[in-house]
Amino acid sequence: MVAATFSSDTDRKNAKTGALAIIGALAMLGMGYAAVPLYDLFCRVTGFGGTTQVATEAQANAAASFAATRDISIRFDASLSRDMPWEFAPTQSTDTVRIGQRDIATYIAKNESSEPITGTATFNVEPWQAGVYFHKIQCFCFTEQTLQPGEEVTMPVLYYIDPAILEDDTIADVEQITLSYTFHRAKEPVASALERSNSSSDQAS
Amino acid sequence: MATTADNFAPAAEATHDDHHDHKPSFFARWFMSTNHKDIGSLYLMFAIVAGIIGGAMSGVMRLELAEPGIQYLWWFAGSDPADIAAAGHMWNVFITGHGLIMVFFMVMPAMIGGFGNWFVPLMIGAPDMAFPRMNNISFWLTVVGFLSLLFSLFVPGNSIGNGAGVGWTVYAPLSTTGAPGPAVDFAIFSLHLAGAGSILGATNFITTIFNMRAPGMTLHKMPLFVWSVLVTAFLLLLALPVLAAAITMLLTDRNFGTTFFDPAGGGDPVLYQHLFWFFGHPEVYIMILPGFGMISQIIATFSRKPVFGYLGMAYAMVAIGVVGFIVWAHHMYTVGLDVNTKMYFTAATMVIAVPTGVKIFSWIATMWGGSMEFKSPMVWALGFIFLFTVGGVTGVVLANGGIDDNLHDTYYVVAHFHYVLSMGAVFSMFAGFYYWFPKMSGRMHSELLSHLHFWVFFVGVNVIFFPQHFLGMNGMPRRYPDYPEAFAFWNQVSSFGYVIMAASMLIFFANLAYAFLAGKKAANNPWGEGATTLEWTLTSPPPYHQFETLPVIEDHHDYHDHRPVTA
Repeated sequence: MVAATFSSDTDRKNAKTGALAIIGALAMLGMGYAAVPLYDLFCRVTGFGGTTQVATEAQANAAASFAATRDISIRFDASLSRDMPWEFAPTQSTDTVRIGQRDIATYIAKNESSEPITGTATFNVEPWQAGVYFHKIQCFCFTEQTLQPGEEVTMPVLYYIDPAILEDDTIADVEQITLSYTFHRAKEPVASALERSNSSSDQAS
Repeated sequence: MATTADNFAPAAEATHDDHHDHKPSFFARWFMSTNHKDIGSLYLMFAIVAGIIGGAMSGVMRLELAEPGIQYLWWFAGSDPADIAAAGHMWNVFITGHGLIMVFFMVMPAMIGGFGNWFVPLMIGAPDMAFPRMNNISFWLTVVGFLSLLFSLFVPGNSIGNGAGVGWTVYAPLSTTGAPGPAVDFAIFSLHLAGAGSILGATNFITTIFNMRAPGMTLHKMPLFVWSVLVTAFLLLLALPVLAAAITMLLTDRNFGTTFFDPAGGGDPVLYQHLFWFFGHPEVYIMILPGFGMISQIIATFSRKPVFGYLGMAYAMVAIGVVGFIVWAHHMYTVGLDVNTKMYFTAATMVIAVPTGVKIFSWIATMWGGSMEFKSPMVWALGFIFLFTVGGVTGVVLANGGIDDNLHDTYYVVAHFHYVLSMGAVFSMFAGFYYWFPKMSGRMHSELLSHLHFWVFFVGVNVIFFPQHFLGMNGMPRRYPDYPEAFAFWNQVSSFGYVIMAASMLIFFANLAYAFLAGKKAANNPWGEGATTLEWTLTSPPPYHQFETLPVIEDHHDYHDHRPVTA
């Protein structure tokens, strides 16, 4: 052993260890991308960050049969992303619903610009832990909405609050849930969006 | 050489090396280098240059913050003094540049590329790194990455001015729709390059440490610095690709119309934060773990005692590395995490204080009853222990989700991470530098200047950062070039501290100049019998190729003492 030197055997071992390490790094790169659908799935399943749930008619009927005797207040909130030339507001600012019973709320949107615009609404509820109990049966946010210049539409949300909310300690003292929507311009090619943001910043300066 | 004459016979090796020691020509040696010591030196020189640039940026920041109002930024922006937006953008560019340079182009190259390359092969008794050419690629990728970042300063970042003003975290949507100019693309690309360099470097270290140890050098006999680099390499290998994925998504969101982080297309900007901090938290351990390793070597050397609790020290680093991957959301307490999530991340974060405490107390126990000698590396190591502990305590405060709601994005956070990095990591780097400078250069630095450097630097950085705790507790937010009158006093004190710190750097460079011009020749082992790892059995500087005959670690060698038996 005194005159030990590294041999071609070490080279082979090195190549193997090095390759394993690189594979590990590539796997983590893949995990980084896999995080995108996984995070989306995680939010939808757990209601993380106030992500609301989607329910079928059958589920809504089942929930209604467990309808509680308690009411809860729902507040409606509407906002627009910066580059969205619409008007957008709820028709009622609050509503009191029986937990478990379905309710309908409406929002009004109007295209104030001189061109047809397709919008898509993002949504969440506050407090966040209510997301998993907030079920929508129908919502204008499930699809994109196209409004012609000057067109005004009334858009419904059909929803109910899951009676299971009454058994959750972390939300027991919540008396009002805020449902919030933000309308964005449906994603268009970047070039034209850049052009628009450039021209608007030119106007600003 | 008198102390070494076992079966490993370094004297014979030295003569053997004499006729092998002819070095390549200047260009081939420094630009096409495959020698771990030369590449280590290149990394250290690069880190010093990057540190000067990044440090100068923080100098501009402290200058601007010395008084309320905006006095100087417009000059750097080349704009009208009344143009607040241009000054503000310039500020954002400075904080971004300072953060990215210090993290990716100063601390990481110095700790891992510099000391890691130099001393991992020497300490495990290997002739070189496992993949010498890949080592060269790692270095030059880092350099090109740095150039890409510098280049970004001179191209438009947004409609207001040049440079990427997005913060070192590059959060969407500021970094996507908020900064459409090419500067941000160059900054992101610089992270890609530096990241690729680090991943290749990590692969190299892992392979070297696993396969190239001298006969008898088992994992449980490795010096703690080698352990620290091994853990760091794993963190790099697992964390950096996630950053690469996140910033690649940013690039395609910016340029090719994807919507990973854009709600208009079903994306979520908070996902970027999760990905970034999944990388970002291990990254802070990447910056400090090699420092832990160096401090362990230095404390043991100058206490003339084996390090206390060797296995505990090694596995504490492993534990810190593992737990470091599952605490990331404590950087994001205010994005809207529910109480249970915050509770988990608070508890998990606090758990890290346990292995860290094991290390702190083991260093103290190493010194206990030791024959201590306050040479220059030792005073820096002691400064490290004290200041890192202060930063650790404020870290435990910030770990609380509830308290963080108040302190998030205030100067308290700035003070905290500068105590652990700008004092923790930097003190350990200076400790390591003074410890190994005689070995690397063959010259002794001035002990007087080193001590002077220590005291002035110690006072300087504390005057800079301690008052920032007060500012943060009183609600001064980070990332603004201006503040209300009420914060003026402690900001002025903090800026004075910068001047003191800058003066200490002059002492450092004077010390370097002294060592190279007039320094005494360094002995093979200038630190006495406490220095027991293999690098001290070699000449100072070591031969161009060392260990052509491998040293053998016999059964009677424990983890502490790897020197051949004295004849």
